[in-house]
Amino acid sequence: MSTIATYVRRLGDNTLILSQRLSEWCGKGPALEEDMALTNVALDLIGQARLWFAYTAELEGNGSDEDQLAFLRDAHDFSNLLLVEQPNGNYADTLVRQFFFDAWHYHVLMALTRSADARIVEIAEKSIKEVTYHLRRSGDLVVRLGDGTEISHRMMQAAVDNLWMFTGEMFSQDDVEQRLQQSGVAPAADAIRAQWLEHVAEILGEATLVMPAADAWMQSGGKQGRHTEHLGYLLAEMQFLQRAYPGSKW
Amino acid sequence: MSKEWPLWEVFIRSQHGLAHKHVGSLHAPDAEMAINNARDVYTRRNEGVGIWVVKASDIVSSSPGDKTALFEPSNNKVYRHPTFFPMPEEVKNL
Repeated sequence: MSTIATYVRRLGDNTLILSQRLSEWCGKGPALEEDMALTNVALDLIGQARLWFAYTAELEGNGSDEDQLAFLRDAHDFSNLLLVEQPNGNYADTLVRQFFFDAWHYHVLMALTRSADARIVEIAEKSIKEVTYHLRRSGDLVVRLGDGTEISHRMMQAAVDNLWMFTGEMFSQDDVEQRLQQSGVAPAADAIRAQWLEHVAEILGEATLVMPAADAWMQSGGKQGRHTEHLGYLLAEMQFLQRAYPGSKW
Repeated sequence: MSKEWPLWEVFIRSQHGLAHKHVGSLHAPDAEMAINNARDVYTRRNEGVGIWVVKASDIVSSSPGDKTALFEPSNNKVYRHPTFFPMPEEVKNL
């Protein structure tokens, strides 16, 4: 598998898995309007996953397609960030997960609009409009709930503290990403990290939430297929039909 | 503080539309979230749309009981309706 295909598939895996998580909220949001908004974000992300997977399949050139990539790989073949596979928890957990991801996603996609790979540029430009909105929304809600009632503040702080250890992985560069950075395809993780920390510090500050230490110990492994125990269950649900009736037209 | 979010009326100008049209209502804690929600609920985020949100409590409506007094008098006086002027071809959207 080419290094570009590996990298592009990672981007697709992130958006697919987070989309699956968000769609679990359908009909269960705290208000009708929130329900619509979350599922809208889920639809945006699934659209992006399809674009990344279509390109992955094209690069691999082995006849696989978007559906096979989504439905016929097991957990150890998924390379999404550990952050996006975390359970929805309560609304604070979902929002904080979303905000951490959106802030990373936004800065990465901005950088990818200047990638040396033309197809990546194309997909990034398409996605950035949606992600700009996702980030605006999740940032806004983090401030509202962090600086809301005593209870909402406490729940948001707990979510920040619990999810923090999954954020470091977004900026850990393995040799795939290092090589792509050298060839100008992928951005420098350090630069993204600095932008992310600044963005997150600003919003958490406004939300009166305490930001955990940037150099805290971090979980990793998602990109290499070493996942938390949550991904297997998520895939079992998501892939059931395709596993039971493989290769069907739908 | 009331537990229920206030009701907002939503007016949207579509991409090629000339005026904002009332499309429905929604609940939101404040104007900014009402705009965000209107975007998700009513526009599917098409580009180039204008959204107005107005607190429902700020809208004053004519009452059905005043119908006769407000609208009836002109109905039997056709000369009050500006419908006898031929419109030039070039004037669109009137």
